[in-house]
Amino acid sequence: MEGEPLLKVEKLRKHFGGVTAVHDVSFELRQGEFLGIIGPNGSGKTTLVNLITGFVKPDSGRVTYLGKNITGKMPYTIAGQGISRTFQMVRLFYNLPAYKNLIIPLSSPRVKKLRGGEYGERDDVAVDLLDDMGFERDSFVPYKMAGSLPHGYLKRLDLARAMALRPNLLILDELFSGMAMSEVASTLPLIEKFNAEGLTVIMIEHRLRELFRVVDRIFVLNFGEKIAEGVPKEVMESDAVKNAYLGSEIEET
Amino acid sequence: MTGIDATYRKKRLDRGIKVRSDSVFAISSYREILYLVLPRVVPVITLLVLPLILKGYWGKVLVFACMYGLLALSWDFLASCGLFSLGQSLFFGFGAYVAGTLSYYLHLTPAITLPIATLGGGLLSAALLSPVVRLRGVYFAMVTLMLPMLLMKMIEATGLVGGSHGLSALVPFHNEWISTYMAVVTFLVCLFGFRRLINEDYGLVLKAIRDDDRAVMSAAINIYWRKIQALFIAGAVGSFAGAFMTHHYQFVGMSAFALDYSILPVAAAALGGPGTFAGAALGSMILVPLSESLRALGGLRIALYCGVLIGSVILLPEGIFHYMERKYHQFETFVKVG
Repeated sequence: MEGEPLLKVEKLRKHFGGVTAVHDVSFELRQGEFLGIIGPNGSGKTTLVNLITGFVKPDSGRVTYLGKNITGKMPYTIAGQGISRTFQMVRLFYNLPAYKNLIIPLSSPRVKKLRGGEYGERDDVAVDLLDDMGFERDSFVPYKMAGSLPHGYLKRLDLARAMALRPNLLILDELFSGMAMSEVASTLPLIEKFNAEGLTVIMIEHRLRELFRVVDRIFVLNFGEKIAEGVPKEVMESDAVKNAYLGSEIEET
Repeated sequence: MTGIDATYRKKRLDRGIKVRSDSVFAISSYREILYLVLPRVVPVITLLVLPLILKGYWGKVLVFACMYGLLALSWDFLASCGLFSLGQSLFFGFGAYVAGTLSYYLHLTPAITLPIATLGGGLLSAALLSPVVRLRGVYFAMVTLMLPMLLMKMIEATGLVGGSHGLSALVPFHNEWISTYMAVVTFLVCLFGFRRLINEDYGLVLKAIRDDDRAVMSAAINIYWRKIQALFIAGAVGSFAGAFMTHHYQFVGMSAFALDYSILPVAAAALGGPGTFAGAALGSMILVPLSESLRALGGLRIALYCGVLIGSVILLPEGIFHYMERKYHQFETFVKVG
């Protein structure tokens, strides 16, 4: 491994009352890597994302991004440095047309700076992004109220919102949950394409077949602890994972 | 549908508002132009002509309505970014006292005190409320409800800035025409300015904060700073109203922090239809004259006033303006069935 890692998580810990949601999790992520995080329900995956993105403050531990300590910073500060996320339960502006949802990240200081003060045509940028996500540009879909869109579209709109920020690191929290097979099939290559273009991706997913196809490396969480890490095939054959994960639960793939 | 031949049926067609106002249709004929322009021009002309017609007492009521209108607009602006305020009197009182003290101690004229009080009141409001912008909903409302009372008691207890007697014999407006038109024009500018602002990107972000603040945060926007900006804008508008009324009455007292200034704007916005600004403006243009015209009834006035409010909220919960807007964009015809 050469040079500084993009993201370095050291001994991150979070309690909720008596429950240790994340227990001394450490990992490193290199620029351009595609990391998968799996684990049974309640194993702390979403909390880990919330800790990295600043929505939850850790009890102890440290998150370093591009050499800077971002532990416990405000979510907008962290997002402003290029860590963008999607939400497991999509968080969108349902009273706005779909493309207007993207105006929010597009009008953020970060994007303004990246676009070099170039103003205007933001609606076009938004519609372009949505077009990439499979909202046909010439249909009425990008202009419909977000609240009236079906679930699969909402998930992709959430992805578009995250991508509108032009992130370095994209964290996908169960993006595919509730998506139809066809939607997954069209969205997955898109994320692979982003990754191939240099975007670093962390993907939390229960759909293991899709996940294993795209990731370089995965790690497994169970009761807040990292129990295995490595290339998917090896990890899934390790005994700890079999016991904790596959042994105790029937996975829908 | 009794009274109508049973073979007829009401057909309602919602006009594509976007189609008619966004594209070439808007200038395709003078009917279309009027359709777009009239709802904006009629209230403007009405308000500009009214001061010429209304004299004396009712002229003062108009000014009063404009000031309550400003408070209601300021309330609606805060509400549009998810800050539900029950303390419009805080803004009003800040403006009133800044203008009052400047005028009383330094004998400054309204031309100087009004801008200072507007900006200063906005700054004071934003500064005082900035620690609580993280609060949402009823918690923010409670803080804003308490603050004016707290300030009122502090003035009473310490006797500062006039104490319970207030400051009187302040510098009046030179000319009643100028002051009346200043009230009306500020009200109109604020109304149309807010309506424009809320549809710009800036307002879009504010509305998004109301809908889902976490999603806005994950879009790398500092929501607390935006809320403080919104507090400044709303505070400045409310403070202008306070400063204006101070010079209008040539007096400022603890009543500037009175509950009336907090509750009536909320009532006006609820009556007119919140979230549109026009509703808040319309609401205050109805409520203030109504309240004044009921004055002849003495004790029953407040009871009747409340009755009207309750009735309107039950009968038209969406608010008058939402209803009017919907009807304006609709065609209703009777078509023959079969």
